[in-house]
Amino acid sequence: MSDITSQSLFELTSNVKEKKLSSGEITKAFIDRAEKSKKLNVYVTDNFEKAIDQSKKFDSNPNFDLKLPGIPIAVKDLFCTNGVRTTAGSKILNNFVPTYESTVTQNLWSQGAILLGKLNCDEFAMGSSNETSFFGNVQNPVGENLVPGGSSGGSSAAVAANLTPVTIGTDTGGSIRQPASFTGTVGLKPTYGSCSRYGIVAFASSLDQAGPMTKNVRDCSILLEVISSFDQKDSTSIDYKRNCYSKELSKDIKGKKIGIPKEYRVDNMPDEIEQLWKNGISYAKDCGAEIIDISLPHTNYALPTYYIVAPAEASSNLARYDGVKYGFRSPGQNLIEMYEKTRSEGFGDEVKRRIMIGTYVLSSGYYDAYYLKAQKVRKLIKKDFDDAFSKVDAILTPSTPSSAFKIGEKTNDPVSMYLNDIFTVPINLAGLPGISIPAGKDKNNYPLGLQVIGKPFDEQNILNISYALEDKINFKNDISDWWLSE
Amino acid sequence: MSKNSEYLIERENKQYEVIIGLEVHAQVTSESKLFSQSSTKFGAEPNTQVSLVDAAFPGMLPVINEFCIDQAIKTGIGLKAKINKKSVFDRKNYFYADLPQGYQISQYKYPIVGEGKVILDMPYGQKEIGIERLHLEQDAGKSIHDIDPNNTLVDLNRSGVALMEIVSKPDLRSPDEVNVYIKKLRSIMRYLGTCDGNMQEGSLRADVNVSVRLKGETEFGTRCEIKNVNSIKFMQMAIISEANRQIDLLEEGKDIDQETRLFDTKRNETRSMRSKEDAHDYRYFPDPDLLPLEISQELIEKIKSDIPELPDEKKKRFIDKFNLSPYEATILVSDIETSNFFEEVIKNSDVKLATNWITGELFAVLNEKNLEISQSPVSAKNLSKLINLIKDGTISGKIAKTVFEQMIDGDQDPLIIVKEKGLKQESDPKAIEELINKVIENNSDKVAEYKSGKDKLFGFFVGQAMKESKGKGNPQLINKILKEKLNG
Amino acid sequence: MSIDLKTVKHISKLARISIDDEKANKLKGDLNNIFEFIEKLNELNTDNVQALTSIAETTLRFRKDEIKSENIREKILKNSPEENKDFFVVPKVVE
Ligand SMILES: [Mg+2]
Ligand SMILES: [Zn+2]
Repeated sequence: MSDITSQSLFELTSNVKEKKLSSGEITKAFIDRAEKSKKLNVYVTDNFEKAIDQSKKFDSNPNFDLKLPGIPIAVKDLFCTNGVRTTAGSKILNNFVPTYESTVTQNLWSQGAILLGKLNCDEFAMGSSNETSFFGNVQNPVGENLVPGGSSGGSSAAVAANLTPVTIGTDTGGSIRQPASFTGTVGLKPTYGSCSRYGIVAFASSLDQAGPMTKNVRDCSILLEVISSFDQKDSTSIDYKRNCYSKELSKDIKGKKIGIPKEYRVDNMPDEIEQLWKNGISYAKDCGAEIIDISLPHTNYALPTYYIVAPAEASSNLARYDGVKYGFRSPGQNLIEMYEKTRSEGFGDEVKRRIMIGTYVLSSGYYDAYYLKAQKVRKLIKKDFDDAFSKVDAILTPSTPSSAFKIGEKTNDPVSMYLNDIFTVPINLAGLPGISIPAGKDKNNYPLGLQVIGKPFDEQNILNISYALEDKINFKNDISDWWLSE
Repeated sequence: MSKNSEYLIERENKQYEVIIGLEVHAQVTSESKLFSQSSTKFGAEPNTQVSLVDAAFPGMLPVINEFCIDQAIKTGIGLKAKINKKSVFDRKNYFYADLPQGYQISQYKYPIVGEGKVILDMPYGQKEIGIERLHLEQDAGKSIHDIDPNNTLVDLNRSGVALMEIVSKPDLRSPDEVNVYIKKLRSIMRYLGTCDGNMQEGSLRADVNVSVRLKGETEFGTRCEIKNVNSIKFMQMAIISEANRQIDLLEEGKDIDQETRLFDTKRNETRSMRSKEDAHDYRYFPDPDLLPLEISQELIEKIKSDIPELPDEKKKRFIDKFNLSPYEATILVSDIETSNFFEEVIKNSDVKLATNWITGELFAVLNEKNLEISQSPVSAKNLSKLINLIKDGTISGKIAKTVFEQMIDGDQDPLIIVKEKGLKQESDPKAIEELINKVIENNSDKVAEYKSGKDKLFGFFVGQAMKESKGKGNPQLINKILKEKLNG
Repeated sequence: MSIDLKTVKHISKLARISIDDEKANKLKGDLNNIFEFIEKLNELNTDNVQALTSIAETTLRFRKDEIKSENIREKILKNSPEENKDFFVVPKVVE
């Protein structure tokens, strides 16, 4: 048996069910490794003591029918966890301890999983490099001083560094898929309405979705099966029959029509990415899929649209952080001064920047020119995909326009940072499912990902395509454990 | 409109007209809040009816209460308004201590109910007031400034309670019309059961928009909005004081700023709200946590079929069927409880007498004791019995008043009172004749005067005969026999 | 079009975030860069396009009018910055 922490979720579950490993052993192994991995800065809050207790409890009365029997899992610190501090990577929630549990994490615990701790992320999920977190940047285990992507950067780093078997992140404009791509892991953003948003600290309500982040496609299908559920408590949760994704997982994609959108061939795209995409296409062909050239004509407008819609919603969603009910408060002579100081000191620069953008585009006289315009373009973007999906079953694109960059490289240039999400943002705007799988490396040996985009609620199909491609690609991350300390 | 309908404020040969529009906030009679499952009950301990959603905890989401939607539709139908099959919930963004989300969920561009109307019965005739719209929104919490000298305390029990905001067109022209309009709205909603209309408990409040213009002018002047006035009396006072303030400004050649003002009830004046410096910019946009609200024709039809008879229709029926005067009918239908009481009484007794007794004696007692008709000390059943005693001649109207006074004390049965006190009317012609003979005998001088032409003395004889009968003599009979005796 | 310092200050006032002049100047630069990039949308004619109202293609689901009200005051006030067992406390508001 290989080292415990390097095992996939599927292997761990099998070993628990076959009584080759106990929950206690597994939990301890991940905690031990975490203790030696502080340099990566993936944890904002650990739950190690309670996790050990819970694993013992599981072992004394195990239930092997569960999908995650006694499996310890760390989650992005954007999910509210009952009794465990939840910060959203922000000073303004530095001391916030929820008395409730998000639906998605509850789904994990209901299937036997155990909370290992809360993973670092960009503040309020606003960022593409995990550098906006109040708790400092996260190191990408792939290489020193490299960003792990964002906003689910702590999550992607934790999976890649074998600090959690799997994890869940959230994706508003690429926050699962981009970090997955940067760390050589698998990340899936489900269809909008698939996973409940109840108990997730909101960034942009019409775009936010929780999703699995894993080492491989099979684990991804298992985790999606657990977290995707209809929830009365979320008015945008959709009531439809969800697949048993892991049971129906298949590499047979013969005859599937896969679209290649010409607009994703952007200016200055590195040759390596172009090559990666070509390889992906030929693997798909090898698997018997049919490749079809398609057009998504409004692709270029997706990022500007996103940078109106997301900040607008965020400016309103973050109004509740005002120092009155919970979280950080900076004292003031009067109510308004208290508000202004609390929010000025409690939020970081990127969050403030986006609140300002959002406030501006909604303000009197600008609503039509920006917000309404963006919602119209969003309709056009969605229509592009509707048209494309009348011809194809899925769409294949690169996940990101580059590999992981150095910490600090883009922090002073918001627009160049935003361009990271150019391939992922349109999928959120259209509410579609998308998955990023590791597909190769660049000249620095940094991972690169390919993205498979599906029709609404067609997660099974993109999982199957990814499963088939994964097999052909046969990606190896080769992480050296450079950060480990004794 | 007749001349005396005009409410004008005079200034040196100039007459100003006052233009008023109301935004009434009516609390829906739901058990739970608009987007959460906490209770709406009035008067609970602070912050004990607050859910995680009401206090806007991170990740909490709104889920709409279907009852509130039904009530808004019902009220819309009562206002003869258009029900919009598709409407949208928006966020109205502003910061305030008792607004936990930092926004209020309301309806801005697409309200659930569109244009309608309300008919007012004014002394100078009927007047139609246009309804601009009705929309659903959340109430805010309460800021308490007078418990702690250094801080403001916040109670979120009301936070998230469902309100219907009913916006009138600027069709109101006087404090009197405002009074009648609010009462009419309240009456309609109480008939429908959609709002209890309890102003003391804040179930009905209004923002009052006031502007003035010279009589004859057709353009509107600049208006000011007086926020959150919670009694009709204060609305009227606020209108008068605000209109005069605006006229004073105009007379001095100054401009009126369009602004939000508060009514200071102690000083009887409106004043600018301090917060106006931020020039409110609410940044409305559709709430992405909620999908558009779609209402089916079936639902509208179902609700329509459940709508009870409303005041205007009831009034028409009372006039047509019972021959009541418009004035009487208006009084009797003004309140659902009153009209129910009336209809209960007339089930078994005379309509004319019932109308007089309810609007006369009963209302007098209720007024005096400051009671609602639902708390009436005399039940409809016993009042109906009393009326029947008058009608069948068992007692006279005068005796009935004595009986009624006694009935008030514990809703006693008038039949028993009449029997026990021997108040039954004397209607035996023989007995009446006997006592009239006695009166004639005792007053031979007056009889002579009468016969010599002093007709007015007839009343004197009636009075004497009544006295002789100890008030129990049948008046019609006394009249008849007296006439025979004196004229014969 | 460009965003001036006055606008930046006005927006920060609306957003209830105090910023000093240095920060405001920096933000002005950032915002202008971002909006330059956003203005790309003006290339598109959207006169005949209906704005998207929701990405989830269903209608609003209703909930029954039922109370699930345990009194959770303690939980509600537990995280509040100023200690008080009955109320949230904020600096004095004078209306
Ligand atoms: Mg108003
Ligand atoms: Zn309102």
